[in-house]
Amino acid sequence: MTTFANRLSLLLPPERLLWQPAQLAAYQSDALTAYHAQPIAIAIPETADEVIALVRFCSKEKIPFVARGSGTSLSGGSLPVAGGIVIALNRLNRILHLDPRQRIAVVEPGVINLAVSTAASAHGLYYAPDPSSQSICTIGGNVAFNSGGAHCLKYGMTSNHVLGLKAVLATGEVVTFGSSSREQLGPDWCGLFTGNEGLFGIALEVTLQLLPKPECYHTVLAGYRTLEEAGDAVSAIVASGLLPGAIELMDALALEAATAAVHADYPAGCAAVLIVELEGPREIVATERGRLDAILAASQPVEMRPARDSTERLAIWKGRKSAFSAVGRLSPDFIVQDGVVPRRRLGEALRRIGEMTRDAQLRCANVFHAGDGNLHPLILYNGRNPGELERAEALAGKILNMCVELGGSITGEHGVGVEKRDYLPAMFNPEEMACLHRIRDAFDPLSLANPGKMFPDGQAPALVSHGLHPLEKAGLISRE
Amino acid sequence: MSTILTPSSVTEFADAVRAHSTVLAVGAQTKPRLSAVNAAVVRLSTRSLTGIVEYEPDEYTFTARAGTRLSDLATALAEKGQYLPFDPPLVESGATLGGTVAAGLSGPGRFRYGGLRDFILGVQFIDGAGRILRLGGKVVKNAAGFDLPKFFVGSLGRYGVLTELTLKVFPRPAATLTLRIPVTTTSAAVEILTVLGRSRWEAEAVDINPTGDAVLIRLAGPAEPLQIIAQEICARWPGEILSVIAARQIWTTLAEFRWASSDDSLFKLAVTPLQLPALVAATQQCGGRAHISAGGNLAFVALPAGAATTLGVPALRIRGTGPLWSQATAPSPAIFAAVKAALDPENRFPLDA
Repeated sequence: MTTFANRLSLLLPPERLLWQPAQLAAYQSDALTAYHAQPIAIAIPETADEVIALVRFCSKEKIPFVARGSGTSLSGGSLPVAGGIVIALNRLNRILHLDPRQRIAVVEPGVINLAVSTAASAHGLYYAPDPSSQSICTIGGNVAFNSGGAHCLKYGMTSNHVLGLKAVLATGEVVTFGSSSREQLGPDWCGLFTGNEGLFGIALEVTLQLLPKPECYHTVLAGYRTLEEAGDAVSAIVASGLLPGAIELMDALALEAATAAVHADYPAGCAAVLIVELEGPREIVATERGRLDAILAASQPVEMRPARDSTERLAIWKGRKSAFSAVGRLSPDFIVQDGVVPRRRLGEALRRIGEMTRDAQLRCANVFHAGDGNLHPLILYNGRNPGELERAEALAGKILNMCVELGGSITGEHGVGVEKRDYLPAMFNPEEMACLHRIRDAFDPLSLANPGKMFPDGQAPALVSHGLHPLEKAGLISRE
Repeated sequence: MSTILTPSSVTEFADAVRAHSTVLAVGAQTKPRLSAVNAAVVRLSTRSLTGIVEYEPDEYTFTARAGTRLSDLATALAEKGQYLPFDPPLVESGATLGGTVAAGLSGPGRFRYGGLRDFILGVQFIDGAGRILRLGGKVVKNAAGFDLPKFFVGSLGRYGVLTELTLKVFPRPAATLTLRIPVTTTSAAVEILTVLGRSRWEAEAVDINPTGDAVLIRLAGPAEPLQIIAQEICARWPGEILSVIAARQIWTTLAEFRWASSDDSLFKLAVTPLQLPALVAATQQCGGRAHISAGGNLAFVALPAGAATTLGVPALRIRGTGPLWSQATAPSPAIFAAVKAALDPENRFPLDA
């Protein structure tokens, strides 16, 4: 009678199977640091065939598994399952095929998001989805959680850029969905798979569409005395018929943090700063920038600062993209969410978040994608103070419920994961939840793939109350 | 003649689904082959399930009932300076929103910002057990729950009856400008397609006309810069800028499939640019014509009735008689059957070709 460990050891060489507690510790959490769980082993495959063998092994042994890339999930999506194994995909990091003429890239799941754009750059192409963690997060994780970024209004999320994929389902079945074409025939299986939160299986190869790099940008920073004025400016831009690539908003607390952390040079004394970016052929941007500047000038900003060159543009974005890790310096712990509200209710949502935060005796910074109503309230707390984590979680829950009540969503881009699983039923009634369960069961009848995520069931992971992700402390990733 | 019922509410639709063992929803039947199933089927018409439920121009979203005509939607959107960027066909022929989603049809404009799948946000549908379910969301960005709305694009009504759809829209460009660039071979046309796809110009549409002798390029944006861009393109490949009337006429002819004979079988194909020379040659071998669209990712092929359909790539017959699918491969028998059972356990929506 062989043990489970003996049988697993047949699949990978010993140096790619981690069993020791010290080795496992590095994998017990992801970027949602409030949760941790101890897996029994970490498997580090190097080929798709090894991943398939591992999944088939789990299926046969009825062992739960969690696929993991760089562990940057903000919803606890790659949190291990106690008693399960983690399949770490970082070594499947090959760009298998880059076809500049047809503008596609075929990549393995462990390829870093930014590496796709880097590889495509020589051909004048790029991969559009740009989560803040893009210098470290993987395409496999992006596909599993349908990651977003700052440019979703115009270009969509990960799902809008995945043309095809090969995956091993939790049953061990290997499937191919979609193709190399941007068009589909028949039901959109690829669209269904993307955003499955790891509950269907593991993507082995992903065909991504690449876009031509915009020739020209016009990036403007505008500071406002009040959040309402900034919100009105967003409405005016939207009503104008312009379609900016990005409209981002940062509030006073986020500005304070970014200024302190990366010496971002933002207008002083503002309650809110807007970043608006137009992009496209130079002739079109030249025409549209006049309109945008006029709209912003009419919105009574304290100061308006168009980027004069790419250095200034990158400086504006650096402050924005580092805002979350910067806010982290103001507080030992924080929770970030990504609820969505209809754009016209942004002002109301921000006012209510402010009131609820005061009631909870906490602080909350706001940095968000204003163009698509995607909030990112960042609730600061100190886990060492008794009761603060509980108050922060209660506040987070109130904000999620508010998003649903205002007609929005509990998540725009981070996914439900373990963090928001109790709130999914706020969006869907019991029959709709049952339908989602049936779909999951179709892909994974034994609930072995990433169990405990998305659905308010399964075992509760341990909550810990303190600590920043090590990569976050190092400034490598940020919570967006 | 099979039965057609016209329920007038979502609840009546759900009752009708439960009341019959084999049902299929139909809209305006502008893609008649899609609902011409062999089985004895009760057809449920969305004719009385019409109207825009919500339209929030500031949100770039609307929700409309499945039987709403695209032409009515286009009018309502145009009043607010917006449009459907994926450019669905058959607007003038009376196609409905539900039928367009079920058929999974986008047009030339899909080149710039993506297809119908990239603009669908939420669905209300009736599953095979007669349950009324709403999945996805009503805001432009949402990652909660599995993306069933996308799955329903191209689902042909075989997994559920679509009753209400929420889509994203964009502001309508101030102007459009169409160029016609003559070509002598498909390879020459493909070269233009692939270069344009990587260019700085950000064309809205890049098609090859059904006669195969020209590439059609549509630019969209503020009027004045389009002229400059057009001249730069024409300097690279000699061509002409079409008049507004000529441009409208050519795009409408393509959108309404007026270039094909009404007796022809009409197919939709998902392709890639480098497959096109072989596809066009195979089409001609079969005695047909092909409209290449969306930068060479979408093709509509018209073949004479009764012609062989040896096109070399999978094809969906949307008009004409003969098998629904040609050379199609289902993703995989096991997962296909499992998802079908999850949504339609009693097999009420007939899969048969």
